[in-house]
Amino acid sequence: MSDTLWIKNGRVIDPATQRDKVGDVFIAAGKFVANLSAGQKKSARVIDARGLVVCPGLVDIHVHFREPGQTHKETILTGSQAAAAGGFTTVVCMPNTSPVVDNAGTVALIKSVAATAPVHVYPTGCITVGMKGQQLAPHGSLQKAGVVALTDDGLCVQSNELMHRAVEYAQMFGLTILDHCQDDSMTQKAVMNEGVMSTRLGLKGWPHAAEDIIVARNIILSRYTGAHIHMQHISSAHSVELMRRAKQDGINVTAEATPHHIALTEESLGTYDTHFKMNPPLRTEKDRKAIIAGLRDGTLDCIGTDHAPHAPEEKDREFDYAPNGIIGLETALPVCLDVLVRKNKFKLSHVIDLMTRKAANILKLPAGTLAPGAVADVCLFDPNETWLYNTYGAFSKSINSPWDKQNLTGRVQTTIVAGRVAYHAGKILAGT
Amino acid sequence: MPWHRKHLLTIEELSRAEIEQLLATAGAFRRILDRKVKKVPALRGKTIVNLFLEPSTRTRISFEMAAKFLSADVISFDAAASSTTKGETLRDTAQNIQALNADMIVLRHSAGGSPLYLSKVLDIPVVNAGDGAHEHPTQALLDVFTMREKLGSVKGRKVVILGDILFSRVARSNIHALTKLGADVTLVGPSTLVPLWFESMGVKVSHNLRTALADADVVMLLRIQHERQGVSHFPSIGEYTSMFGLNYTRAEWIKPDAIIMHPGPINRGVEIDSDIADSGRSVILQQVTNGIAVRMAALYLCAGGQPEHVLTPLE
Repeated sequence: MSDTLWIKNGRVIDPATQRDKVGDVFIAAGKFVANLSAGQKKSARVIDARGLVVCPGLVDIHVHFREPGQTHKETILTGSQAAAAGGFTTVVCMPNTSPVVDNAGTVALIKSVAATAPVHVYPTGCITVGMKGQQLAPHGSLQKAGVVALTDDGLCVQSNELMHRAVEYAQMFGLTILDHCQDDSMTQKAVMNEGVMSTRLGLKGWPHAAEDIIVARNIILSRYTGAHIHMQHISSAHSVELMRRAKQDGINVTAEATPHHIALTEESLGTYDTHFKMNPPLRTEKDRKAIIAGLRDGTLDCIGTDHAPHAPEEKDREFDYAPNGIIGLETALPVCLDVLVRKNKFKLSHVIDLMTRKAANILKLPAGTLAPGAVADVCLFDPNETWLYNTYGAFSKSINSPWDKQNLTGRVQTTIVAGRVAYHAGKILAGT
Repeated sequence: MPWHRKHLLTIEELSRAEIEQLLATAGAFRRILDRKVKKVPALRGKTIVNLFLEPSTRTRISFEMAAKFLSADVISFDAAASSTTKGETLRDTAQNIQALNADMIVLRHSAGGSPLYLSKVLDIPVVNAGDGAHEHPTQALLDVFTMREKLGSVKGRKVVILGDILFSRVARSNIHALTKLGADVTLVGPSTLVPLWFESMGVKVSHNLRTALADADVVMLLRIQHERQGVSHFPSIGEYTSMFGLNYTRAEWIKPDAIIMHPGPINRGVEIDSDIADSGRSVILQQVTNGIAVRMAALYLCAGGQPEHVLTPLE
């Protein structure tokens, strides 16, 4: 059941319609409308948005919700709640569940659970059977079952021939390939960026060249086939350069950056804290700056969190043995506001664009705008409120965040999904 | 100056003064080793557990000897015999040892940073006996101790560390110790095993053996650690020996009064020829003996002992 909503006097920012001024947003029957009738206005639920930014619900095309099979880390429900609490209304789940999403049955299972989730949850399917990189998965059946993209996320397809045929085949179904760019032969047992810090810490390094090589490979394959390839979580300055040139050449490639790769560097690893261990690894200040520059000039298209929950006992280990990844849905907005708006002087509307419309456009998802007729997904946040993020009491089932117990500025107040208030003032109100 | 540290985790975190304290304390214990009766009661009633989760002979025995000479009770066990093979985590294994009333843990582990991790989850002191390719603090201390014994001060002296630096915790701890004490350190070996990143640690990197050896006061050889390398770091042991092995001819390039060191285990005929290892310039076995004294100092200080208590009565 959706309400008739009148969001009043907020700073309305909708990059898709180039709107950025104080005003009202109206919702009826789950969609945005240009205005409400006098009668509707009388009965509408009014949300006072004074002092708040009102923008399209945030879109994240890179999350891990661990269901089926690893529900001790996260479930579709808890992940969706974390999303709603972070202002996200649309998320795209990676297929590295257990079993992996390489068959229509698993897609159906995910979709049935996702139907009751408080946000829009879209599944992806595998590029290859079992994510083993040896044989194409049934892309056609996966699409029929409802996947919105294909990826072997985390296990980059190593064979150039198989990747070539995968993009060629997926193109027939209009499915984008999302690639975690990593040449495995160069990163065996690697746990952090190769360089000054890995040398000091005596840890096995993951050279950025291993990412650059696959980014270059994908650019070449996209140019050769015309297929759209999306590079996940770019972490290296050289990869940003390769992407910039590819876009200048009109090649059909896109790329995302994570909040952690724009906020943190390998310097954080000095105490072997596993909450800074992820793949691709945190790199140098030069890389961090290049990624921010890439977001600024459009070389990189959007923000994706790579929300990767792991149970506390899995992260509480020797650095070499802890799994890669951190959670990010509940911190992405304040981290991006801090790094991009406050420290790098991006316009607020630009950052919102990177987290809404531009993310949705990569996979042509019906999200990312406040335009009349669109699905009424909204994020209301106070850009100036400082709050203490504490993973205990937050919504993700896991606590593996480098921002745990830190003050963050910029707080989501209300999240509306298809015209229903899903989250408000610290509480999940829908889909529970 | 009193000793404040509870753990000995890295050389990197030690100040120069702390290194001096450790070495002075080791000096006092070293003299005990020349006595007929080598035992002192310093740690009587304390129990030290050597938790060795990676194979080791010399270091483990050395720590055991050190503990015994200090009158501590010592229990050693290695990975094969421990619950870690049954899936128990390092945290749980160590917390059980603590609950069993151990007073100190000496940890050898293949994963870098593990001693720091343990120091955060335990209440008792943790002494690092080598963590992955990260640090091996007592080895560096015994190396510096031995250099001083032979050369006097190491300040301004040229130390060449030759071999597999990339995978060497001994090299890293020595780099920190020697640079803090003002030595001039040059790393030599194949470019894949001695990457230029090391220059950020305040040392020189060279791939030219002859030039590097020419004015060295100390030549420290390291073993090629096949077990830590993939297939790609150099062509073969034979090629390594032909390019970088210290043989009779190359030993001629070294100044006659320079000393030759090796943390062991040595691979005769690979990184060092037998006649060099057994020559008068080699201090390899003195290093081993000094290791006991250095470990006595580390155990004693981390257990709460103060340098002045051993320095005065033993002088």
